[in-house]
Amino acid sequence: MTEFILQEWTALAPPIVLAITALFLLVVDALAPEDENAAIWIAGVSGVGTLLTLLITGWFLVAGTGQPREGEPANAGAITLFNENIVVDGMALFFIAIIASVTLLVIIASYDYLKDHPYQAEYYTLTLLAATGMAMVAVSNSFVVAFISIELASLPSYALVASLKHNRGSVEGGLKYFLIGALSSGILIYGISLIYVATGSLQFGAVTEAIVEGDITGGNGILGIGILMILAGFGFKIAAVPFHFWAPEAYEGAPAPISGFLSSASKAAGFVITFRVFVDVFPIGAVGDTVDWIVAFQVLAIVTMTVANFAALKQTNVKRMLAYSSIGHAGYVLIALAALTGGNQAFILGSGMAHLFVYGFMNTGAFLVIALVEYWGVGRRIEDYNGLATQAPFAAAAMSLFLFTLAGLPLGGGFLSKFYLLWASIEGGVALLAIALIVNSAVSLYYYTRVVKAMWVEEPSESLEITSYPVGLYTAIALAALVTVLLLPGFGFVVEYAQTAAEMITPP
Amino acid sequence: MLIELLLAVTLASAFVVFLAPDRYAAKLATTLSVLPIIGTAIMWLSFDASGNALRDGSTIAFETQQEWFELGQYTLQWHVGVDGVSFPLLALTTVLTTLAMISSWTPIKEDQSQFYGFMLLMETSLIGVFVALDFFVWFIFWEFVLIPMYFLIARWGGPRRKYAAIKFLIYTNVGSLVMFIGLFLMVLNLDGLTVLSLPAITEAVLAAETLGEISLLGIAAFDVKAVVFLLLFLGFAVKVPVVPFHTWLPDAHVEAPTPVSVMLAGVLLKMGTYALLRFNFTMLPDIAVQYALVIAVVGVISIIYGALLAMAQRDLKRIVAYSSISSMGYVIVGLVAFTPHGMGGATFQMVSHGLISGLMFMTVGVIYNATHTRMVGDMGGLFDKMPYTVAIFIAGAFGYMGLPLMSGFAAEVLIFIGAFESAVITAAPLVTAMAMFGIVLVAGYLLWAMQRTLFGEYELETDYDLGRAPVHDIAPLVVLIGLVILLGVNPDLIYQVIQDAVSPLVDEGLATATVAVDVLGGVLR
Repeated sequence: MTEFILQEWTALAPPIVLAITALFLLVVDALAPEDENAAIWIAGVSGVGTLLTLLITGWFLVAGTGQPREGEPANAGAITLFNENIVVDGMALFFIAIIASVTLLVIIASYDYLKDHPYQAEYYTLTLLAATGMAMVAVSNSFVVAFISIELASLPSYALVASLKHNRGSVEGGLKYFLIGALSSGILIYGISLIYVATGSLQFGAVTEAIVEGDITGGNGILGIGILMILAGFGFKIAAVPFHFWAPEAYEGAPAPISGFLSSASKAAGFVITFRVFVDVFPIGAVGDTVDWIVAFQVLAIVTMTVANFAALKQTNVKRMLAYSSIGHAGYVLIALAALTGGNQAFILGSGMAHLFVYGFMNTGAFLVIALVEYWGVGRRIEDYNGLATQAPFAAAAMSLFLFTLAGLPLGGGFLSKFYLLWASIEGGVALLAIALIVNSAVSLYYYTRVVKAMWVEEPSESLEITSYPVGLYTAIALAALVTVLLLPGFGFVVEYAQTAAEMITPP
Repeated sequence: MLIELLLAVTLASAFVVFLAPDRYAAKLATTLSVLPIIGTAIMWLSFDASGNALRDGSTIAFETQQEWFELGQYTLQWHVGVDGVSFPLLALTTVLTTLAMISSWTPIKEDQSQFYGFMLLMETSLIGVFVALDFFVWFIFWEFVLIPMYFLIARWGGPRRKYAAIKFLIYTNVGSLVMFIGLFLMVLNLDGLTVLSLPAITEAVLAAETLGEISLLGIAAFDVKAVVFLLLFLGFAVKVPVVPFHTWLPDAHVEAPTPVSVMLAGVLLKMGTYALLRFNFTMLPDIAVQYALVIAVVGVISIIYGALLAMAQRDLKRIVAYSSISSMGYVIVGLVAFTPHGMGGATFQMVSHGLISGLMFMTVGVIYNATHTRMVGDMGGLFDKMPYTVAIFIAGAFGYMGLPLMSGFAAEVLIFIGAFESAVITAAPLVTAMAMFGIVLVAGYLLWAMQRTLFGEYELETDYDLGRAPVHDIAPLVVLIGLVILLGVNPDLIYQVIQDAVSPLVDEGLATATVAVDVLGGVLR
């Protein structure tokens, strides 16, 4: 029997499908009749395209595309394309799976949220283009591709944040996001140019080779500054303290599904490139004397989780509180880099990846509940959530599930992924990270519980009246909740893929 | 498989009740909660455990062990089973849940399906805590208990319920995290451990002479075992609670509705003492023996201080709540004695106190349902109006005081005998005598409270007609009294299996004790 072998470029199918869907949407918008059915068509096409991407990615992951075969060394098997400027490996596929899942949830939820919104096709196209950019970030294997992909992810995001054109918060958040984003891109590309000066290449493998062999122009100074600027540039993308100040405004102002999209998918994209560049391209063994980025990430991780969680304590606006919580979670994930001092590196990195996977569902889920509440026209303050459970028990239960899981209580996968991060910091021998993680988890339980208390315990205000139960939003929330719960017993499955993927780029 | 079935049925019942309409919820939930009792009864009939589940050479009843997933070099397992320590507590949980549900028929009127759903959810997680033999499984259930409990207090409690509920949640969660750090400090210093099941950890810790030293900020070197013991003890002390970590308890108990107080005092506090027995006194007997006097004094302080606090209260429910602190102090003293009767009596006391405190909270609840006040000064001479309730109240109070032929008497006598004979507590007779003084205080405040509220001229500050309490309010009280007397008359019903399970611990403690006592030799003896 002849074996059916796909062409190598087909490994790039997930981002290609996303991009084609985005472009096809414009065609659909042009052809679809101008009536209420248009929205169904547009949302349907986006949903099917994203689902297809997710299925292909899942199939690749299970089939072992871009991953080592039986008997091969752990770092073999990556598929590289276009002169090694693109790489499809376990890590890329794992993150595309996160991005596609989040995008799918957001698209399902947006169908209801965008009711009566005048620019539906544009909204979905921009979302899909941003998702394409994020997926491309995951597969980039050179600084040029990485930078262009980041821009492709960012530019639509600015517009999406500001897409509620008549809402001051939305426009303000969009503008702030745009300005800071432009600044950070500038810093990033300056850093990239310095790396090019120092190593004479932009392709990841060549850069690493130059660094490891000491073939560096202009001494370690230029290289060191380049690495630091790249670190700062990525710091903006993942919203780590002190590069986080755009995030609360942008997440608060944006339409709630987009807040979920940015704080889950965009953050995942920021992390995949950070992981790849720092672990693989700037190996600590070679650049440790110039820039000890592990120490830098240790400081970033601890400062990020502490500042974000304590800031969240004071918030009265649920959306803003969740924005700070998502910054705090970036701090938790940074442990995956900060603890790379020793021990089993693939385990440490894999724990961070697995946390991002779980986080993708629980955090998006929480933002989608906020979207539902905004859809009902209930306010955004914690008091406005009072007594929500009396009228929408399912939504309130799902929100409680997401929040408690974010806090690390054993209702869903968040408990285990946080536990893995704790274990990773111990494995790396950085006890301070473990302590910071535990203290911050305890702090976070308090502010998450405030929302739960408002929904279940407080008396509803008289104006609270819920008349409709939108199908799309409820479906998306139910899906997110289901996956979050299933990730408790099924966490081993996720963490296995994460660690196999991490093994490919970490030194043995 | 029986344990999995028990958990699955209880969990499924919880969801069924959540979805049931409010009108049927109470009856439906109570009926469904009989299933776990039947399950434990079947388990009782075919109970074949011997020895302590955490020690070598024991037979664990209804054990299942199944790989779950890998965590670094460790394999996490689904590992459950019961032995002589956990089974009585498991039975207590199932029985008390049903009785507490019946007692909520009168006071709980709002959102019934949710109330009973949360009760069943809590029962599921409590069963899980007592049957889990893998650390991870145990910890998941242990933390999960907080969630239904939070809702039960915060939604159906008294006027200050929100404050009480969040205080309970944060206090006990911080306690869990401290305990968690302690356990991992221990596990990480153990070589050759491949699974995180409690028996495996126990075996590895007991085999290790020392776990090395740890320095804090480079100042001094501490023995890791002692640090671990302290962290675990502090973590569990919040749950027990031990003075001075008890401040959440009066708030939570007083604000919680009666049936929830019953579960809180009856079962949740036992989680703390059960964990102390399982972790501190099973895994680290050498440290426990070394610091036996300190721990015993901590227990005595809880006994005396808890009783003094109870004495200062006017609210009947607060009196019962504070006296729980006192009763839990006896458990600590009994455990640290490292004698068969001490440890066995302490475990017996966990069950006995679960029944008696449940009885007392329920009786106070029945009185409150009728009078709408719990203040001692607001009522008097209730005996004439509510003879049955008051009679049961008196019986329960005497059980609390340790009247012979009731389970409280058996438990306390066993603890005192055990503590008196203790070879590891320095000046054991003196410590025991101080602990016994607690009995006098208990008798003092209970008799005083009863005399003012139950006897004398009838008076009531609030304007309510006292009618007869409904039968379904009295029935659980009668069942509890029956169980208290049954265990008082024939403690061997469960004391045999308890003895069987604690005796390996006693032997292990005494084996390390010979060294420790020699060091202290003759200082006070």
